[in-house]
Amino acid sequence: MIFKVFGKKELPRLFDVIAVNRVVGPVQKGTDKNGSPLHTFGEVRDFAELSLDYKTTILSAKRFVLPFHETLCTFRVTENGWEKDVDFNVRGPTVFFGLHACDINAFNRLDKVLMESVYPTPYYASKRKNMFIIGTNCEPQPYCFCRSMGTDTALHGFDLFLTDIGDRYFAEVQSATAYNFLLQIKTADPKEKDHQRYMDVVAEKNKKFTAHVDNTDLTKILDMEFQSQAWKEWGDKCLSCGTCANVCPTCYCYGVEETVDMNATGARKIKSLHSCNLIDFAEVAGGHNFRPERHSRLKYRYYHKHRGFVEAFEESLCVGCGRCGEACLADITVPEVIASVRGEGH
Amino acid sequence: MDNRLPLVDIMEEGTHRRHDDIGSFEYTYKAEIMNIYPMTASEKLYQIQIIEPDRRNRFSFQPGQFVMLEIPGVGEAPFSISSSPIRHGFVELCIRNVGNLTGFLARMQRGAQIGIRGPFGTQFPVGEMEGSDVLLVAGGLGIVPLRSAILTVLENRSRYGSVDIVYGAKTPSELLFTYQYEMWRKFDINLSIIVETPDDEWKGPTGFLTRILEDRVAQAGANFAANTYAIVCGPPVMFKHVCGMLTKAGIPMQKMFVSLERRMHCGRGKCCRCNIGSTYTCLKGPVFDYWSIMNLKEAI
Ligand SMILES: Cc1cc2nc3c(=O)[nH]c(=O)nc-3n(C[C@H](O)[C@H](O)[C@H](O)COP(=O)(O)OP(=O)(O)OC[C@H]3O[C@@H](n4cnc5c(N)ncnc54)[C@H](O)[C@@H]3O)c2cc1C
Ligand code: SF4
Ligand code: SF4
Ligand code: FES
Repeated sequence: MIFKVFGKKELPRLFDVIAVNRVVGPVQKGTDKNGSPLHTFGEVRDFAELSLDYKTTILSAKRFVLPFHETLCTFRVTENGWEKDVDFNVRGPTVFFGLHACDINAFNRLDKVLMESVYPTPYYASKRKNMFIIGTNCEPQPYCFCRSMGTDTALHGFDLFLTDIGDRYFAEVQSATAYNFLLQIKTADPKEKDHQRYMDVVAEKNKKFTAHVDNTDLTKILDMEFQSQAWKEWGDKCLSCGTCANVCPTCYCYGVEETVDMNATGARKIKSLHSCNLIDFAEVAGGHNFRPERHSRLKYRYYHKHRGFVEAFEESLCVGCGRCGEACLADITVPEVIASVRGEGH
Repeated sequence: MDNRLPLVDIMEEGTHRRHDDIGSFEYTYKAEIMNIYPMTASEKLYQIQIIEPDRRNRFSFQPGQFVMLEIPGVGEAPFSISSSPIRHGFVELCIRNVGNLTGFLARMQRGAQIGIRGPFGTQFPVGEMEGSDVLLVAGGLGIVPLRSAILTVLENRSRYGSVDIVYGAKTPSELLFTYQYEMWRKFDINLSIIVETPDDEWKGPTGFLTRILEDRVAQAGANFAANTYAIVCGPPVMFKHVCGMLTKAGIPMQKMFVSLERRMHCGRGKCCRCNIGSTYTCLKGPVFDYWSIMNLKEAI
C-alpha cells in the first residue's frame, strides 16, 4: 500500500478534481428531536454540501447499488409473443466520498454472495464495478460494535482512505486512479511522526467502543439455542415492520413482481427489496407460511447474518454499524439480542 | 487532465471471471405451449417446448430439478419438471391452479408463448441408485417431481433392483397421471395407490400412505434396509412421518431423499426467499438427503 499525507486545505481541491464525476456523500438531512443533525447519503455537487464529520447515516449507501425498487427487464408484448430487454441500470461511474469502514466492509461482504458466488448478479456487479470509494475515519458511537465484527478497519474495497490526524490527512492509496487524483493536489510522503500520529488516532478510537458482541462459537450457540425462550421474548416485542432490513447496509433479500404497462404493449419485471421480518416473506401457494410467528422471522434474520453467512463465507454478514438498533421502534439491538441468546446457555 | 472515470461495462470480456453466468442471469428461453392435458379439476399437464431449435437441443436437466415459468407482465414461479430427461426437446410441467400466475396459465391455449428459466436446483441421485432397490413415495402434488425420477427408472429398468412406488392422495379424483399407471406396472413395478377419502367407485386401500409403507416394511426381507434408496415427495407434514418411519426401518439417512418447497423469486441464491435457516433451497435443494434436512433448523 502507498501512503501519502496532505494538508486539510487540500481536501476541497481534491473534491474539485474528482467532482467532474457524479459524487455521492454524507449530507445533512434535518435534525432529530434533540436537535442533533441527521445524515443521509446523497448526491453532492459542492464540497460545502458534504458533512464529513457525520456520525452515521439513517439509510446506508446500499441503495445506490441495490435500489429499493429496480426494473430487472422490460418486455415488448406482441400479438403472439414477446421480446425481453434486459438493462442492468448503471447510471455511470459514481464516487462515494466519505464512507466509513463498516460501510466499505458491508460492500465487501455483499460482494461475496452477490458478485463472487455461483450466479453472480449483474445488476449488483455492474454498479459495484463503477464505484470509486473514498473512505474516511470515524468516531465510535454508543451503538457501534464494528470492532467485534472485524469491520472497524477496511483492508480493501476502497480507492483511497483518509484518516484525520490533526492538521492533515493520512491517506491510504489503493488504486492508480486515486494516485492520479492525488498528483493534482499538494501531497507529501508521510514521515515517522505521521505514522506515529496515525497509530495514536487508531488507538484512541479503539478505546472509545462501548458496544460489543461476543462472537465466540456463535454459530454453534445459535444452533443450540434455536428453541431458546429469548427468541420468543424479542419476537413478542418486534413489530415486524422491516425497518431493520431497510436501513441495514447488508440486507439484500428481495421479491419480484411483474406489471403490465398502461398501454398493454409492454410489461416490466420489478425487483423490490424485502425484509425477512415481514409476514409474507416465506409464505407459499396455498397460504402455507413457513415462518408465521414474529419470533421465527426475527430469529431467521439473525441466523442468516450470524450463522448461515459465516458458514458459507467465514465471516458475518452483520458489520456492526448499529443502524438497525437505532432505527428499531421496539429497541431491538443486535448486541442485546445476541447477549440474551448466549445467556440462555450459561 | 481528464479526470472522468471510465464506465465499466460488466459484459465486456475480462471484466468478470464468470462472464457467461453474468450474461445469463436474467436469460429467459422463449417457449411455446405445445399441448395441454387437463388432469383433475385444478391441475393440468403442460407440454412446453423451447422455440429456438439450437437452444432447445442444448437444454438438458436432471430429474428433481425445476424451472421458473415466466409469463411477461403476470409473473414468474418455480415448477418441477415432471418429464423424463431423456425425452429431449420439451419439458412437461404439471401445474395446480392456485393463484395469479397459475390461474392465468390455466386460461392459456396451445401455441401461447411463455418463458422458461433454468433448470435450477439439485437432482434425485438416479445414477447413484443404480444396482439398488428403489422405494418412491409421493403424497399429493409430490408425484409431479417424482414422475421424472419414475420415468428415468423405467427407461433404465434393468439397472435397478425391485422398484416400489407408494402414492397417496386425498381423494380418487385428485390422483394424477392415472392413464400411466398401467404402463408403469408393465415395467415390473410394484405400484400401490391409497386415498384418504374414497368415492363410490374406489376399490383400492384407504387411509394414509404410511399404512402401505408399514406393510411394505413389515414384508421386507433382511436386506431391505441395506439395499434400498428412498425418495419422498409431498407436503411438509408427510416427511416427518414417512422419513421417521423409514429411518426406524433401517434405511440410512443419506440414502433417503426429499424434495422441499419454499417460496422462490430468483432460483439463483440471491433473493433469500427460499432459505431454510440459511440454506438456499434453490441451490442446495430442492432435493436434499434426509441427513441434511435433519441438520437444518426449521426444515420440516
Ligand atoms: C421447487 C418448487 C417446485 C414446485 N413445483 C410445482 C409443480 O410442479 N406444480 C405446481 O403446481 N406447483 C409447484 N410449485 C408451487 C408453485 O411455485 C406455486 O404454486 C406458484 O408459485 C403459485 O403461483 P401463483 O402466482 O399462481 O400464486 P400467487 O397468486 O402468487 O399466490 C399464491 C401463493 O403463492 C405464493 N407464491 C408466490 N410466488 C411464489 C413462488 N415464486 N414460489 C412459491 N410460492 C409463491 C404466494 O405467497 C401466495 O401465498 C413448486 C414450488 C417450488 C418451490
Ligand atoms: S426488529 Fe425492530 S425494526 Fe426490525 S422488524 Fe422488528 S420492530 Fe421492526
Ligand atoms: S444487522 Fe444491524 S448492525 Fe448489523 S450491519 Fe445490519 S444494520 Fe448494521
Ligand atoms: S429462490 Fe431466490 S434465493 Fe433461492
